[in-house]
Amino acid sequence: MKEPQIIVIGNGMVGYKFCEKLRSKTSSFNLIVFGEEPRRAYDRVHLSEYFNGKTADDLSLSTENWYQEQNITLFLNNPIVKIDRGLQKVYTASGLDYHYDILVFATGSGAFVPNIPGIEKEGVFVYRTIEDLDLISGYAKKAKTASVIGGGLLGLEAAKALIDLGIEKTSIIEFAPRLMPRQIDAAGSDMLKSKLADLGLQIHLNKNTTSIEGDGRITALKFSDDTALDVDMLVISAGIKPRDELAKACGIEVGPRGGIVVDQKMQTNDPAIFAIGECALYDGMIYGLIAPGYEMAEVLAANLCEGEKTFTGFDMSTKLKLIGIDVASFGDNFITEPDCRTIIFENKHKGVYKRINVSNDGQYLLGGILIGDATAYNLLLQTSNNRIVLPENPEELILGARGGSEPAGGAGITGLPDGALICSCEGVSKGDICAAVADGSCENIDDLKKCTKAGTGCGGCLPMVKDLMTYTLKSQGKYIKNVICEHFNYSRQELFDLIHIHELKSYDEVLDALGKNDGCEVCKPLVSSLLASLWNEMILKKGNDVAQDSNDRFLANIQKGGSYSVVPRVPGGEITPDKLIVIGEVAKKYNLYTKITGGQRIDMFGAHLNDLPVIWEELIAAGFESGHAYGKGLRTVKSCVGSTWCRFGLHDSVSFAIRIEERYRGIRAPHKFKSAVSGCIRECAEAQSKDFGIIATEKGWNLYVCGNGGSKPQHALLLATDLDSETCIKYIDRFLMFYIRTADPLTRTATWLNKMEGGIDYLRNVIINDSLGMAAQWENEIENLIASYKCEWKEAVENPAIRKRFSHFVNAPEDKDPTIEFVEMRGQKRTVEWKTV
Amino acid sequence: MNEQSNWLAACRVEDAIENGGVCVKHGEDQIALFYFTRRNEWYATQNECPHKKQMALSRGMIGSTTDEPKVACPFHKKTFSLSTGECLSGDECAIKTYPVKIENGTVYIGTTPKS
Repeated sequence: MKEPQIIVIGNGMVGYKFCEKLRSKTSSFNLIVFGEEPRRAYDRVHLSEYFNGKTADDLSLSTENWYQEQNITLFLNNPIVKIDRGLQKVYTASGLDYHYDILVFATGSGAFVPNIPGIEKEGVFVYRTIEDLDLISGYAKKAKTASVIGGGLLGLEAAKALIDLGIEKTSIIEFAPRLMPRQIDAAGSDMLKSKLADLGLQIHLNKNTTSIEGDGRITALKFSDDTALDVDMLVISAGIKPRDELAKACGIEVGPRGGIVVDQKMQTNDPAIFAIGECALYDGMIYGLIAPGYEMAEVLAANLCEGEKTFTGFDMSTKLKLIGIDVASFGDNFITEPDCRTIIFENKHKGVYKRINVSNDGQYLLGGILIGDATAYNLLLQTSNNRIVLPENPEELILGARGGSEPAGGAGITGLPDGALICSCEGVSKGDICAAVADGSCENIDDLKKCTKAGTGCGGCLPMVKDLMTYTLKSQGKYIKNVICEHFNYSRQELFDLIHIHELKSYDEVLDALGKNDGCEVCKPLVSSLLASLWNEMILKKGNDVAQDSNDRFLANIQKGGSYSVVPRVPGGEITPDKLIVIGEVAKKYNLYTKITGGQRIDMFGAHLNDLPVIWEELIAAGFESGHAYGKGLRTVKSCVGSTWCRFGLHDSVSFAIRIEERYRGIRAPHKFKSAVSGCIRECAEAQSKDFGIIATEKGWNLYVCGNGGSKPQHALLLATDLDSETCIKYIDRFLMFYIRTADPLTRTATWLNKMEGGIDYLRNVIINDSLGMAAQWENEIENLIASYKCEWKEAVENPAIRKRFSHFVNAPEDKDPTIEFVEMRGQKRTVEWKTV
Repeated sequence: MNEQSNWLAACRVEDAIENGGVCVKHGEDQIALFYFTRRNEWYATQNECPHKKQMALSRGMIGSTTDEPKVACPFHKKTFSLSTGECLSGDECAIKTYPVKIENGTVYIGTTPKS
């Protein structure tokens, strides 16, 4: 018998999810999908990441072969133009027709474009598809000012995209008196507005745009209050409009303001036709979020396989990060007194606003709004959704427990019922997650994602999923160990001690003695780092080069295209004119791009692998040594010019920075670490953003530890004050050895401290009061590392066996890689872009 | 294995890197050759990583997962099976693999891909 045929119109996120859900349940049904866009379904929720370097491929939800593997016929660039319900046929733009037994509308929504005079002008865009984004980024190149109409969620995303595209002046025009009118209240909007203004975004509320001015192309906007605004381009993001035109044309019932009317089973008034996602109107409502769309896909897929599922509305709680600012709303966010009691916390200094609505009897959490800090979102949402009885002081939910210490991580999740929905994108409950961990099938987050799908949608629930996993493992009495990989059943700290005790000196020895099988790209660099931290031998000897990460293996940083960069050490950022000339000459001779780094040294890019030894030979002859820019170890000790020149300087920060950089150079650690010395409290060297930083005081040095810049900046914390130079160094010695011995792999000092029970107070006790009794041993160990320092590039160029490995072709050692290409930019070379689309 | 008519003399056994890779020039083409000493096995694959089209696999770390021999691209740590070429992390397409034989201390690569 012939399989019944399902036709899906629309290949967006929900259409794709329906196919995935259906195929996970059954392989019967002929499944045919028609998409109007030229590409496979992609992640529209993270569309703005397209401007931050994500490619269309990165955003794609499936691989090229997926549809074929799932036995689904996919037509792209081929919209359906007509439906004949009598014949049960669809007609495509390309002129073909197909029979259906079941027809599914997953046509989604388009941008709602208000009817403003001049809307057709050049320079006016919508923000909906990858093609829209390409048009916007093309036009943005010649635009200096831009506006977004619509201060809702998508409008703010669009504004962020315009800022990312380098538009100097971006503004948001909102008709309503507040931003994100569906999610947040007036006070929240004020807070958000002031934070956005800090970022250079102009916000105009209560503005009704009456016309778009310009001769053919947009030049200005006019408003009903007789004001005007000059703009070079405009993005319309005033809401969505369900794509129901096709349904309407064939007589399917649609709502008065759009949307295909469906019942609890997603069925339309034609029993063979269904609608899911943003084109569907359920109970008078369009659900413009991804999680309810996925739920509709699940309901339909289940019912087609003779399941019994219904869609009964969906929680519209959301949490997102807008331009780095947390914004969240949950439950009944707008309910006000006298129907509830509100608790509000506002901190204008930090830009944080939190509101929770509590039932009048104080028993339950009804809803709330969070701006600036949404760390409590998951827990609050669960507390509200599951009607968990509130603690005596519900304000602690948004303020944290009083008395300085953080509430224990597991305290909140243990109280959740098993039915609590943790991942709303994939509909995974607490019970599902705990069961998957408890039956032994998942012991890490990757397994858990694979087997439950939790956290694979928007990812917002992942911290809670991890906490649940840890909590379940602990409650089973399992010792939670961070084992390195399948080849070593030890944590990094255990392996450190074992290698020390057994005096193992190479990766192969360690694998033979303590591991199993062949090793991998996770344990090899980790063990290599431990060997270096313990013995400080030349890292490429004893066959260890193949166990090094690629940067360490070639003592240089591999760059896009396959060339390498070269960074000689410039301690404290101090360099003589003669040495500067040498760098210039070497860079010229080997045609290298030069750039000053953030760490006060000079990076030379674009070196062929074959040239690295000769380049270093010349640098070493001029008195340079390796800068270890490629290694997980000390990078630079940045300094301000200090008391030798500066009229404010208290001490000679340059000399102290050089002393420190030369003391710790070459020491390998779990991650890179950086330092800086400032000569006075003006802090020009930015020491408080370093793994350890030193600031001169009238009486000596203040020592700060565990800061970092990067993607999650964290200020360093004050460890000790007014130290003399010797004591300062002694404390740094202890601090570094404590870190090297105990941190997890690839953990910076800031994260290491964040995980440490007792925090900075505990650390201070260990370092200053020697509460562990380890100080003498650590000082001794670090003295050994310092004494055994050698420039590894000097050793490499002098060792013929090592030097031989710096060639691209084994059978043509003189030939360089011919695929490396450069182009010219501002009088220097640069590498060509990735060769992928 | 398919019929091999063209065997490229790549290098001497002692020129190959133990438990690591070297890159072999084959006309305009580049082939990564791995001497998996720990398993006493030889493998050859295309040198280009399909993820970002970089000539880099020969500089990658090799290892195994369960018993599958693999190489990790130095750029973004995408891993590929050395025996089948299949991508083991994510959805990159598979890489070409080539047969290898050793005769009189010389390493030969069959230049018709296995798959």
